[in-house]
Amino acid sequence: MKNKKSHKNPEDRHPFFDQISQLWRNKTAVLGLVIITVFILSAILAPYLSPHDPLETALYDQLKPPVWHATGTWKNILGTDDLGRDILSRLIYGARVSLVVAVISVGLAFLCGTLLGCISGYYKGFRESIIMRCMDIILAFPYILLAIVVVAYLGPSLQNAMIAIAITYVPRFARIVRGSVLEECEKDYVSAARAIGARDFRIIFIAILPNCLGPLIVQTTLGFASAILDMAALSFLGLGAQPPTPEWGAMIAKSRALILRASWVMTFPGLAILFAVLGFNLLGDGLRDALDPRLRD
Amino acid sequence: MPDILLEAKNIVKYFPIKGGVFLKEIAAVKAVDGVSLTIEKGETVGLVGESGCGKTTFGRAILRLEEPTSGDIFFEGQSILTYDKKKMQALRESMQIIFQDPFSSLNPRKTVAHIIGEPLLVHGMRSRKKRDARVLELLRVVGLRKENMRRYPHQFSGGQRQRIGVARALALNPKLIVCDEAVSALDVSIQAQVINLLKDLQDEFGLTYLFISHDLSVVEHISDRVAVMYLGKIVEIAPSKALYKKPLHPYTQALLSAVPIPDPALQRNTRIILKGDVPSPIDPPPGCSFHPRCLYAKDICSRSEPKTKEIEKNHFAACFFAGQVGLTEIL
Repeated sequence: MKNKKSHKNPEDRHPFFDQISQLWRNKTAVLGLVIITVFILSAILAPYLSPHDPLETALYDQLKPPVWHATGTWKNILGTDDLGRDILSRLIYGARVSLVVAVISVGLAFLCGTLLGCISGYYKGFRESIIMRCMDIILAFPYILLAIVVVAYLGPSLQNAMIAIAITYVPRFARIVRGSVLEECEKDYVSAARAIGARDFRIIFIAILPNCLGPLIVQTTLGFASAILDMAALSFLGLGAQPPTPEWGAMIAKSRALILRASWVMTFPGLAILFAVLGFNLLGDGLRDALDPRLRD
Repeated sequence: MPDILLEAKNIVKYFPIKGGVFLKEIAAVKAVDGVSLTIEKGETVGLVGESGCGKTTFGRAILRLEEPTSGDIFFEGQSILTYDKKKMQALRESMQIIFQDPFSSLNPRKTVAHIIGEPLLVHGMRSRKKRDARVLELLRVVGLRKENMRRYPHQFSGGQRQRIGVARALALNPKLIVCDEAVSALDVSIQAQVINLLKDLQDEFGLTYLFISHDLSVVEHISDRVAVMYLGKIVEIAPSKALYKKPLHPYTQALLSAVPIPDPALQRNTRIILKGDVPSPIDPPPGCSFHPRCLYAKDICSRSEPKTKEIEKNHFAACFFAGQVGLTEIL
C-alpha cells in the first residue's frame, strides 16, 4: 500500500484508504472487481482485442464451432454465428454496448431517483405525496410494457431504449432513498445538524445521504445487471439495439432458433451476461461492507 | 433585575394525529401545553418529569427544532419565533443542544474532526487549518486526546461520544446549552464525569444550561432552579434547595419520595405510590391534569385548572392546596 509510507499512524489515514484496504481483504469482492475490470477493459480496448471485425460476415464460415470441437479452428476461437461473424469479436464489442447501456440508464435513474427520494423523505408533506404517487403510477405498469410504450413513442433505438430503462428504474431508487432518508431523519445527528444551523442542502447531501449509500449501492449493482438483461429483452423485441449492432441480448435472441444445432452461438453471450452480472453483484456486496464503518472489524 | 437570557411564554406544541381517507386532523397529542419558563444568564435550570411528559419537546421547541404551535420565545429580549431562516441560522450560534443518545447523535460516517468542525464551517470558518486548530482545543477542553480527531464515532465508548457531543455544542461559544437527558444513557461513574465536565465548562465559559432529565438526584446536583413537568405542564418550579426540602405540589412529593436513598441504614418512613398511569396526552383529564392520581384531590380539582401561584418566595406551584397538603416530613 502506497499510503502507509506517508502516515505512520494508521488512525490518521484518510478513511478512503481504510475502505479500499477493507475491500481488498474481501476475496469475493476482489473477484467481482477482476471480472468487471476484464469487462471494462474489453469494452475500452475492443478494437485491439478482437481478432475480427464484429460486423464482417463470412458466408463460407457459417456456424463454425469453437476451437475445442473437432471441426473448430483457431481462426474463430468461439466459433461463428449464422452469418459467419466471429462470436468472440462480437462479445468483446458487445461489452461496450452493455457497459454504456448499464452506466447511462442506471446513472440517469440513480440521479433522478436519489433526488426525488431525498426531497420526499426530507420534506415530507405534499411534496412527498406527489412524488411518491407518481412513482407508484410508474411502478403500477409492468416495467417492460412501460419501456415498450416509451420506446414506441420515442422510436426504436439504443438511445431511446436507455431512456426507457432509466424511467422504469427511477422508482426503485426513489423508494429506497426515501425509506433510508426517513429512517435517518429520526436520528439525533440530523437534529444536531439543524441545531448548528446547517442548510437543508448540507443536511441532505452531506449528513444524511452518505448514510443511505449501503442499500443504494446494492440497488445500483443490481440495476447494472438488470439493465443489461432488460436491454436484451428490448433488443429481442426489436426495440433496442438495432442489427447489426453486436449486443449480447440481441445475439441470444437471434440465435434461439439455433440452440439445438449450434448451441455455442447462444451459450457464449449468455455466459458473458452471467459473468457481468455476477461481477457487479460481488463488487456491490463488497463495497457495501467496506463503506459501512459499523461492519468493519 | 436579573439578566434574563431566555424567556418562554406559554409554549404549546401539539402533534396532530391524522386519519381517515383525506388525512384530516382527528386529534392532537398535547405534548407541551402552555409552559412558561425564564432562564437567567449563567444559571442551570433543571427540568424533570416522567417519560412522555413533554420535557424533550419543550427543549427542542425553544431551539426551534420543533416549531411551537403557539406561544412566544424571547432570547435576549428578542422574539425569535418571528425570525426567518437566515436570522435563525445566525442565532443558532448562541444556542446549542446536547442529545440523550450518544450513539445516534453523531453521524457514523464522519470523523470527529468533521463532527466538531462542522458548526464552525457552517458559520463561516472556511479555513481547514483554523477549524482543526479549534477542534484540537475543544478536544482538550472536554478531555479527549488529540489523536482521536481522525477517528469515527463507532471507535469510542458512550462516555467519550458524549464528550464529543459536548465539544460540538461548545464549538460556537454558545450562551445557552439545552442538555436533553445528556447523561441518562451513561453508566453512573461516567455520568458523574460528564456532569462535572459540564459544571467546569459552565464556570469556565459562563454557560447557561437547561438541564432536562428524569433523574432527580442528577438534577439536584447540577441545578440552581428546578421545574417539574407533568403531562405537558409545569406543576412546580423553585430553587433547587427549596424544592427538594419542601416540595409543595403533590406530584413533586410523590416523585421525590421515589428517589432511592443509597444507604441501607436510612429508611424512608413513607413512600407515596401513585396509582395508575400517566393519562394520555391526547385526551388529558379536565381540571388539574394530576387529579386522577392525586392523593388529596377534591371536587374542585376535576372542575377547574389551578393557576400557578407563588406560594413562597420564588417557589411556584400549580395546585389549589399547595403548601396545605403533603407529607413534607417524609423527606
